[in-house]
Amino acid sequence: MELAHPIPEVRTTRAGPTLLVLVLIAVTVSALLGVLVGAVELSVGSVLAELADRVPGVDVDSGLSQRESAILWEIRVPRVVLAGLVGGMLAMSGAAFQGVFRNPLADPYLLGVAAGAGLGATLAIAYLPDQTGWPVSPLPLAAFAGAVLGVATTYVLGRSATRSRSTATLILAGVAVAAFLTATQTFIQQQNSDTFREVYAWILGALGTVGWQEVALILPYVVISGLALVLYRRLLDVMGVGDEEAESVGVRSGRVRLAVVAAATLGTAAAVAVSGLIGFVGIIVPHAIRLALGSSYRLILPLSLGFGAAFLILADLIARSVLAPAEIPIGVITAFFGAPFFLLVLSRARRM
Amino acid sequence: MRRILLILSLLALAACGSTEGDADTTAGDAVTTTVGDGFPVTVGAANGDVTLEQAPQRIVSLAPTATEMLFAIGAGELVVAADEYSNYPEGAPTTDLSGFEPNVEAVADYDPDLVVVSDDLNDIVSALGAVDIPVIHLPAAADLGDAYTQIELLGTLTGNQDEATGLLATMRGEIDELSTSVPDRAEPLTYYHELDSSLFTVTSATFIGQIYGLAGLQNIADQAEGADTLYPQLSAEYIIESDPDLVFLADTKCCGESADTVAVRPGWDQLTAVTGHAVVALDDDIASRWGPRVVDFLEVVVEAVHRLEPGSS
Repeated sequence: MELAHPIPEVRTTRAGPTLLVLVLIAVTVSALLGVLVGAVELSVGSVLAELADRVPGVDVDSGLSQRESAILWEIRVPRVVLAGLVGGMLAMSGAAFQGVFRNPLADPYLLGVAAGAGLGATLAIAYLPDQTGWPVSPLPLAAFAGAVLGVATTYVLGRSATRSRSTATLILAGVAVAAFLTATQTFIQQQNSDTFREVYAWILGALGTVGWQEVALILPYVVISGLALVLYRRLLDVMGVGDEEAESVGVRSGRVRLAVVAAATLGTAAAVAVSGLIGFVGIIVPHAIRLALGSSYRLILPLSLGFGAAFLILADLIARSVLAPAEIPIGVITAFFGAPFFLLVLSRARRM
Repeated sequence: MRRILLILSLLALAACGSTEGDADTTAGDAVTTTVGDGFPVTVGAANGDVTLEQAPQRIVSLAPTATEMLFAIGAGELVVAADEYSNYPEGAPTTDLSGFEPNVEAVADYDPDLVVVSDDLNDIVSALGAVDIPVIHLPAAADLGDAYTQIELLGTLTGNQDEATGLLATMRGEIDELSTSVPDRAEPLTYYHELDSSLFTVTSATFIGQIYGLAGLQNIADQAEGADTLYPQLSAEYIIESDPDLVFLADTKCCGESADTVAVRPGWDQLTAVTGHAVVALDDDIASRWGPRVVDFLEVVVEAVHRLEPGSS
């Protein structure tokens, strides 16, 4: 007998510690590589010494000049940390959306986050070009506000369209809202033609950062959103069997969906606000983990955080090394990975 | 890709116990010290006050106009790297550095003690500040006075004040001469300045519009709707209706336009400028920079005006 929604596989906890170690190794190795690669040649030894020097209680002379040390700590390390936070957040949100919509092709931009953030960013670029007087750059704030408003509009539209709280309605509402917001964004761009280049660059995603401001901006959201999602992961497993089945064991699927989407959107909006629209991370990473380790969100959610971080750090490394000193927009690199990945998934699904 | 493989192999070497012992480049201390000459100096620019303790020995220019200015004031040998579009003068050390997508590490790799930029993109000014590299932001000049000020600033920063003053005197003299050589007219000649094939143009409030004004020319775009932006887009109808006396093409290098391509545009063959052979092909670069070659630009414009005088061939 075929179930409408197959019961997800449940793994034992014995796999836990091994996977944890694996994740830590992946993140550490990719972070180290990320920090070592750049236009200015910094020897491996001095970078490691410099990193060790920062550990409280350890005092090592790394031999790096002040400028090189500044390049390391103000340019490279914040960039790697930002890539890790954004990648981990997007992957975790992707996993959450996949759980909530019971579809492995769901991604965090589904409900209008991308379109909303794009519109917010375009408004900021078009109407607030002179940002020197501002204590905080308005661009990430506008993008964040746009993203959140986009999802809120989708939810209101989805709820008012039909009495049933089905996922299909929500997704369709998301499509409509995204289309509207994108059209508005295009119109504004046309009216302010000198913004095209900047908006386009923002949309393709960029992780270049100076200093720790953007990391500080995104960190609280990643922490809050991450904690919330991790707390909900077992409920996502339960919801995986279907709304009615979940209701029958006392899980209020509508409420859970709202909470998970809210938490995931908060984190995604923060990620998008600082780094633009980086696609495919939210789909590839959780799905790859699912293919390797089974469909339990108890595992997929936390692992997505780690592997998502490693993935984006490596993608960013490629983006800034291949055509140095020019940087390929990181959205292009993730798309290059994403398209073949989709083909792989589709071919496997057909065979099953 | 090579760099990644290099780093990976270095990592492997380190793991095997041997250490990479190459001494890296030292910090940007200038080996020679300046001979007095007013250093340290502080100048004001778009990024605030810029202070140099001593004369710069290694300048990186990410702006083609700044490159031209530096060479013109005799500071050319101090420029160790210029951006990809710094194609003038011939000896400029063009690299693949980008002024539009500046990469702070790539710039820092040249170990500069002064960086000149004309756009603050990718947060380059604060990035260079974070790694302690002095940077001066000289944005596109709004008028000739701005351009002169920038030349003066660069003269002060490089210790070449005398050459800068001399250059400015020459420029002022030549510009004066050119603009007074244009005879007054009861009805000023009109012109259309084309930025690209989709008919984007400039108003007379722009830098280049003001230069045209020195030649006594009137811009047809000033009356157009949508001229509240400095770079409006005109329609073919509007241009044909305005029938400018002169057409200047600033899209010859980028977009392959010329007097011939303009003449075959539908409806354009009736324009006075086309039939009177008054379509002037400019050098894109000269028409978009605000450095010493603005004199060359004015020369081309004034020459075109003279050709339209009754009695000249």
